[in-house]
Amino acid sequence: MRNLLNLRLEARPRVPLAMALASPFVAVAFTLLVCAGLVVWAGAPVTRAYALLFESAFGSRFAIGETLTRATPLILTGLSCAVAFRAHFYNIGAEGQLYLGALGAVAVGGSAIALPAPILFPLMIAAGMAAGALLLVVPALAKTRLGVDEVVTTLLLNFVALLFVSMMLDGPMKDTTAMGWPQSVPIRPELEFGKLLERSRVHVGLIIAVALALALWVVNARTTLGYEMRAVGANARAARFAGIPVDTVMLKTALLSGALAGLAGVGEVAGRAGYLTLDMSPGYGYSGIVIAMLAGLNPLGVVLAAVFVAGLIVGADSMSRAVGVPTYLADVIVAVSLLSMLFAAMLARYRVRWS
Amino acid sequence: MTEMLDIVASVPFWIAVLRIATPLIFGTLGVLLCERAGVLNLGIEGIMVAGAFAGWLAVYQGAGLWTGVLVAAAVGALFGLLHGALTVVLALSQHVTGLGITLFATSLSYYAYRVSFPKITSPPTVNPFGGTHLFDGVPAIGPVLSAQTPLTLLALAIVPLLAYVLYRTPVGLAVRMVGENPAAAEGQGLSVSGVRIGAIVAGSALMGVGGAFLTLSAFNAFYFNMINGRGWICVALVVFASWRPGKALLGAILFAAFDALQLRLQQSAGATLPYQVYLMIPYLLSILALALVARKAAYPRALMKPYRKGER
Amino acid sequence: MPPLVLRLSGITKRFGALVANDAISLDLASGEVLALLGENGAGKSTLVNILFGHYVADAGAIEVFGKLLPPGDPASALAAGIGMVHQHFTLGDNLSVLDNVLLGTEKLWQPFSRRREARARLAQISRQFGLAVDANARVADLSVGERQRVEILKALYRGARILILDEPTAVLTPQESEALFATLKTLMADGLSIIFISHKLDEVLAVSQRIAVLRQGKLVAIRDSAATSKAELAELMVGRRVDAPVRTTIYSGTAPEVLLSVRDLAAGGKLTRATFEVWRGEIFGIAGVSGNGQAQLADALCGLLPPTQGEIRVGLQRIPADPHAFVHARVGRVPEDRGSVGIIGDLAIWENAISERYREPGFARGGWLKREAAKAQAQRIVERFDVRSAGVDAPAKSMSGGNIQKLILGRALVNHPQIIIANQPTWGLDVGAVSYIHGELLAARARGAAIVLISEDLDELFAIADRIAVMFHGVLSEARDDWTVTQIGLSMAGGAQPAHAQLA
Repeated sequence: MRNLLNLRLEARPRVPLAMALASPFVAVAFTLLVCAGLVVWAGAPVTRAYALLFESAFGSRFAIGETLTRATPLILTGLSCAVAFRAHFYNIGAEGQLYLGALGAVAVGGSAIALPAPILFPLMIAAGMAAGALLLVVPALAKTRLGVDEVVTTLLLNFVALLFVSMMLDGPMKDTTAMGWPQSVPIRPELEFGKLLERSRVHVGLIIAVALALALWVVNARTTLGYEMRAVGANARAARFAGIPVDTVMLKTALLSGALAGLAGVGEVAGRAGYLTLDMSPGYGYSGIVIAMLAGLNPLGVVLAAVFVAGLIVGADSMSRAVGVPTYLADVIVAVSLLSMLFAAMLARYRVRWS
Repeated sequence: MTEMLDIVASVPFWIAVLRIATPLIFGTLGVLLCERAGVLNLGIEGIMVAGAFAGWLAVYQGAGLWTGVLVAAAVGALFGLLHGALTVVLALSQHVTGLGITLFATSLSYYAYRVSFPKITSPPTVNPFGGTHLFDGVPAIGPVLSAQTPLTLLALAIVPLLAYVLYRTPVGLAVRMVGENPAAAEGQGLSVSGVRIGAIVAGSALMGVGGAFLTLSAFNAFYFNMINGRGWICVALVVFASWRPGKALLGAILFAAFDALQLRLQQSAGATLPYQVYLMIPYLLSILALALVARKAAYPRALMKPYRKGER
Repeated sequence: MPPLVLRLSGITKRFGALVANDAISLDLASGEVLALLGENGAGKSTLVNILFGHYVADAGAIEVFGKLLPPGDPASALAAGIGMVHQHFTLGDNLSVLDNVLLGTEKLWQPFSRRREARARLAQISRQFGLAVDANARVADLSVGERQRVEILKALYRGARILILDEPTAVLTPQESEALFATLKTLMADGLSIIFISHKLDEVLAVSQRIAVLRQGKLVAIRDSAATSKAELAELMVGRRVDAPVRTTIYSGTAPEVLLSVRDLAAGGKLTRATFEVWRGEIFGIAGVSGNGQAQLADALCGLLPPTQGEIRVGLQRIPADPHAFVHARVGRVPEDRGSVGIIGDLAIWENAISERYREPGFARGGWLKREAAKAQAQRIVERFDVRSAGVDAPAKSMSGGNIQKLILGRALVNHPQIIIANQPTWGLDVGAVSYIHGELLAARARGAAIVLISEDLDELFAIADRIAVMFHGVLSEARDDWTVTQIGLSMAGGAQPAHAQLA
């Protein structure tokens, strides 16, 4: 038992590219295997259930459209978490930032401001991104000035942000013509994101998200800002020694991360729903964490991982109706993928030895 | 203002405070134990959900209430074991592993609930713990304590017990040392991994019981979003408590007092602010408490540093 | 021939491709002091760590008092009567002395600790061996010498009959070392056998009966102390004749030009007063036992720690507390911790080469990195400073310690800085790397640079420094160029003769 507890991890001199690339796939395969047990428990046939899952996600034009629509905010929250986690700034508040971003978009896009659409449109997007970024100012400053761990502060602010949105929906932003659950005034039609494919809900937000993923990849690899972010993320002490302005970089990273999550909210109101409700996000902010980890914090990988998670969510819905497996299966698969990915990524970097 | 004083002086207020504080006490002590051993356990939110569900399910299926509590503790301990295997044995990121366990435990509990009750309209209930009436004769605090369920009294009793174990027993010393300087523990012949995993398992069991309090004592059914951030608040409270059990109790009670106060202020006639503002107060207070205390916080020195035996 | 208490047979240990111990066989007799001598990296610490159970040997066996020792288990080593005073103390700083001593000595599941009895036993052992400590004191509040006493008491409390001391004098003043040797004599008189690790020849000859010399993992010789000499030991340690480094005479004649001036500097709590000037073309050495404020002084001189008082001037220009300002003022900096502060291990070598200057027009334009220019600069440093690596694209952490240090040195020196701050630059390196770094520092000196050399190695300071000042309790002494070892030792201890450990 003692020997089992004391296994040694030898860092591999070089991480084999094949292993690094294979890790997420191995993790997902392992996850699907483990979660098959849950399907059995629900009394459904495993192969049929998984087949339905895949089919409902990717099996038809409509399905792909749905998956891509779901993937749009996930790419953005995934990028948000990837940017932050790379700098060791654990932004767990993407959910709240998403909602605030949506609120910001509605505040501008649903208002009666008499400016022409070509000006109002970018303003609406900027408002959403700024709102998301703003929510991270306090946690970022608390971390750099006071050494407060940002995990708890960003988490707690999620609850605060949602309560704030709820307050706004009951008050100034309320759509008085709607019956039932509180919802916001709608975004003006001329400010909505256009559709990309007819007879589907895929909207321009997808292009923006993918373009941002590419842009981030370039920034990371080729610019001084990307260099600073990588340096601070890898070793903040050494970066400070070299004269890199660590606190400023951390703050910039936090603001960028919040802006990306806020943009996810903008896309949801201006592209998909048209107005803001409290149940708009089924945990996109938290899924962003898993997506970022599955992607190895790589912006391009985030796009793939986001499509995977989106497919799970879309597929689980239809699968649930067909064979009676609860939709929460998707959430379990996502969670187990995260843990498996951690394990797989570690195996790629270290050789395991028993002393 | 006088209204506030009236509220604070009343017995029903303090009954509510102790009730609200109970899951926080269990949770904070659980996190405290893990962090004293050097491990940040962010799985608490999910473990509390799992404990709430598992304990309640056991009772729903016919087990006694205390058996339900034991089941909750066991489920918590199991997730703790998973956390320990990943963070202590494999030295994976404590932040991400904890979050992963929260997501896993929560989604698994919801899944299990739906599988067990596919076609219900309202949540099924159980017969929860009742007031103990053990202190009926005692003046002043008597009525407050009597109205509490056994789990609250258990929480209050565990505080001095944990303090005793930490400061006056060999195993408590071992836990404190692996959180300060694991090499020192290794050099005295102890197994750092063993002690750390033991602390995480015990702490997670406490967290599970904290969750079960909600379904078996405060309420009588399992709801989605029941924990609602209490686990994260416990993580903040541990810093506020400087990793000491006594201060953890104080922090939990202070926090519960603010929470109970805002509830009552909401309900009272003079409430002018939207109810959401009142609900925000607990979370904002926690952040404030963290900001005030963090600077001079006496962290266990080895917190979040994985220890690898024989590392060159 | 006194009985054998310890026998190591054929101990071999590999770390990846490095053979740290190569079939080492040693005996230890009852009541003797055996010294393990070797330079940094020779394998001494690895061997004793195997003995104590921190590492598991790949081959070989250990017999203690005739019984085979189960490998890889400190608890077994402790039970067999082996105690170890680690080089880096294994103490919990926030806990008391008593807690540290008591840890692990009682059954884990005992429902109470017998603190009163433990306190009494500790006091008795303290008296018996002349090692005074306050059992209630928090370890963080103790001096380095006192902490070492706690380490020794831990072992004696557990009834150790074999005591291993790993580089114990590295953190002591010469006078504190004397006190330690007196303690060792008391221990020997009580029948303990001692293994004493050091790389200092004088000590080893003074303290031990036999000396085992390790070189590159192999046991190359065992000598009786009475029958050998410093010269022979040095040659055995290094494998060839060792000559002192050549130093050209300081430029003479005209008044020295002050390049760096520090006035009334205080920082970080531990540094309370430092005033000195460094001249063009000199190496200014700062001696002192670790913990007296050198780290704070070094951090202030690198721009990492804002002074609470005083100022630092390069030429006439006052420099603010910002690493970038120091880089801009052409101060080359070599930090103490090369792996975690000097380089960013996960980044490539070329990315580390430009880490101080990536914003300059030569390496960036409009926010875009000029990768080719940066890689060319890295290549220049690698060639000029003999940095061995798998190419400038390889991660910096893939290099050995000596090469990492050469990269850092190269980055600091490549643009001929006028001031160089070097903090423990040769710690933990083999003789070849040490000699190279000394050569580069002396070359920079010849070119007219003002160099501050902070070092705990008196031999190094005496070899290449022109003037030396001593840090003690946060205060920097006058700089002199004519110290004797005794004088500098006294200065390192505060100027007074330290009382020998009092009997409690």
